[in-house]
Amino acid sequence: MTSQEQIIDRCQVLFDDLSFTSAREWKAAEEGRKVIGYMPIYVPREIIHAAGMLPLGVLGGGDQLEVIHGDAYYQSYICRIPRSTVELGVTGRLDFVDGMLFPSICDVIRNLSGMWKLMFADTYARYFDVPQNFDDKVGGEFYVNELNDLRADLSKISGRKITDDQIRASIELYNENRKLTQDVYAFRAREPWKVPSSDLYLVMRAGMVLPVEEHNQMLRDYLVAAADSDRPLRDNCRVLLTGGFCEQPPLNLIKSIELAGCYIVDDDFLLVNRFLLKDVPTEGDPVENLAHVFLHDSESTAAKYEPFQAEKGKYLIRAVEKYGAEGVIFAAPSFCDPALLDRPMLQHTLKDAGIPYVAFKYAENSGQMQPIREQAGTFSDSIKLWSEA
Amino acid sequence: MSTMTKPKRAPKPRPEAEKDASMLKQKEMMAGHYDRLTSAPENGDKVCATFVPGNLNELIMCFDFVNNLPEQNAIQAGLRKTSGRFVMEAEKMGHSEDVCTYVKSDLGMMARGNLAPNGKPFPDPDVLLLSYTGCFTFMKWFELLREQYGCEAIMLHTPYTGDGVITDNMREYMVKQLKEEVIPKLEAVSGVKFDIDRLREYLRESARAEDDLVAVLQSAKKKPSPIDAYFGGIYYIGPIFGAFRGTKEATEFYRLLRGEIDERVAAGLGPITPDGPMGEEKYRLVTEGPPNYTSFRDFWKMFYEEGAVCVASSYTKVGGTYDFGFRHDPDRPLESLAEYCLNVYTNRSLPQRVDMLANYIEEYEADGLLINSIKSCNSFSAGQLLIMKEVEKRTGKPGAFVETDLVDPRYFSASNVKNRLESYLQMIEQKRSSTQTLGAAA
Repeated sequence: MTSQEQIIDRCQVLFDDLSFTSAREWKAAEEGRKVIGYMPIYVPREIIHAAGMLPLGVLGGGDQLEVIHGDAYYQSYICRIPRSTVELGVTGRLDFVDGMLFPSICDVIRNLSGMWKLMFADTYARYFDVPQNFDDKVGGEFYVNELNDLRADLSKISGRKITDDQIRASIELYNENRKLTQDVYAFRAREPWKVPSSDLYLVMRAGMVLPVEEHNQMLRDYLVAAADSDRPLRDNCRVLLTGGFCEQPPLNLIKSIELAGCYIVDDDFLLVNRFLLKDVPTEGDPVENLAHVFLHDSESTAAKYEPFQAEKGKYLIRAVEKYGAEGVIFAAPSFCDPALLDRPMLQHTLKDAGIPYVAFKYAENSGQMQPIREQAGTFSDSIKLWSEA
Repeated sequence: MSTMTKPKRAPKPRPEAEKDASMLKQKEMMAGHYDRLTSAPENGDKVCATFVPGNLNELIMCFDFVNNLPEQNAIQAGLRKTSGRFVMEAEKMGHSEDVCTYVKSDLGMMARGNLAPNGKPFPDPDVLLLSYTGCFTFMKWFELLREQYGCEAIMLHTPYTGDGVITDNMREYMVKQLKEEVIPKLEAVSGVKFDIDRLREYLRESARAEDDLVAVLQSAKKKPSPIDAYFGGIYYIGPIFGAFRGTKEATEFYRLLRGEIDERVAAGLGPITPDGPMGEEKYRLVTEGPPNYTSFRDFWKMFYEEGAVCVASSYTKVGGTYDFGFRHDPDRPLESLAEYCLNVYTNRSLPQRVDMLANYIEEYEADGLLINSIKSCNSFSAGQLLIMKEVEKRTGKPGAFVETDLVDPRYFSASNVKNRLESYLQMIEQKRSSTQTLGAAA
């Protein structure tokens, strides 16, 4: 049996590797293999996989990448993830990538799609749009056509037709990946002392660079290994972390929150792993199925329009209830429009429901954790001292 | 104990800005609009709020709504120098210092009585038409307003033209939204049945005004340019980007404006500035990005005092790009509304924006590109440094970069902006003399 530590060690190596060696090795292992990079928040990886390609999550440069060139492309008031992504590109760290997808999440990532076209003219770059109208006949048809356009583009790059059966087979693998992901999240919520959030983060992050088959095995192994963990239960409060769905926090930030006395029992990191909340059916038209689940059973997040005022922010309350959280930490990257514009509305919903919260900002390269530890620690103390329970 | 206080010196009154007939007409139109808006409740009119990019004024008028545009209200607050305290009010309410100041000015203004420029309170909107075009923030802004007002919000999603083309899929998606979502909901809120012929009539009127607007903006190809297409351009786009597109008033306004500009061209005159006719035209610039509104006149003065005129700007295309031939089309009413939204400047991909600006430099024989980068507006600002490099590379003309904000006075540093502008103009001068020297040597 692989131990929890061994799995995490492997994930840490993948996380630290800003040259994406494992993806390079995957590509080099067989003639004609292609890699498609994608940014947060969601792309249908099933279609990339069905084309025989490796979907590669590109989530900025973290706190270990020195950004030299990337800063020359952005003003000081723009978040960090595009500048470190440009740095990855300009320094050749993504030179093996055959295409990049820039999902609909905000204006910065949207504009980065055009920058990529200008800077890396020989690489396929696509702004991946998703509907903000959730009617099958309206937004659904638009989205199906967009998915089929993507499918045609990827077919051209891979040099092979992508059949419905291939997409169905990929859907099956990703359904399993989503289920295992939810199992790990549920495990952490049940016994958070056995699954430190920094571990969970690394295991999920490995899914950004590994083939899904390998990641599925890793998740299975991790669940078995974590059950055997003998880590002690601490007197921590249970919190839900929200706002980190695009630019990722430094790993130290996650560790600091836990060290400050908070078990993170749910978060919105790496949402692509569980953006679709239900299994995608494998019968019928696979592209329509992907669209249907996206429209009706996908995560609520700041990048998505909420058509009903009464529902605004309710997903947080449901998550608080589901995972038994005692409070919510809003941790958003500086200058993140979606997270920061959404935050007051979410806070109002929590306030009305009597759920305590605290808020702070970070950047992917934040180094000073003491203020965050103090804020999280005070929040944890206040929950323990003053909560009705 | 008594204390001595130095008597405060009364601020020196600023001379009234010089205005020509079209400006006076526009002032009258705007005043009339705000009066109609603020008296909507007593007149039994319903109010629809929407955005400048993707403003479907013709459709809104089909349902007898009065159109209220929160961006224009924030601009008015900026010009009247009240936006600063509104922004800070919103920040006190928990809105981040990092986000759009239009939004915060709007929310802060609501918290402080929500008064229109005529001093009367704005009515609550009956419906929010969330025309989601070219700016992510719009979606959150109207979610925030919906929370405040508790009224109906209608989403109209415009796909981003990331590959630089409008596809059939995009157009059909938008037309379907108009048919299935937008029009039925506007009917329900207004109680007015949709009449497509009424829409056609408004669209016909729009196209007339659009022809004249394009003629006005393209007059800047003349030397000297009879207009300033950025600072002055903001006055020119006011009615058509706002609540007047599709009305006879707008058609008359643009006819009058075009007549004035034609006269100026015939007389070989340059632009009118707030301090009167501009002196000699020394520099011709293309501008990218919105202006700063809290120090609008000072900002403009920095240009015209140096003899710099803006001959083309991207900002005057943010509420519709007409100079490449698009016109509202009464024969394809819904398709043309969709194309209008898809075409707005901020819905265009970065390579398209580069093409547009580089072409402007060539066509308007400009000396270079000046970017006013706005802290609040990622839709415009993210990528502008690359745009500048690309335009410089393509045209061989120098670019310059200044940073301000839309309506937050804390981000306007007059001395910094002036220094940068002066250095830039010197750079243009040097480039000219080196080109002349090279030409002479050859």
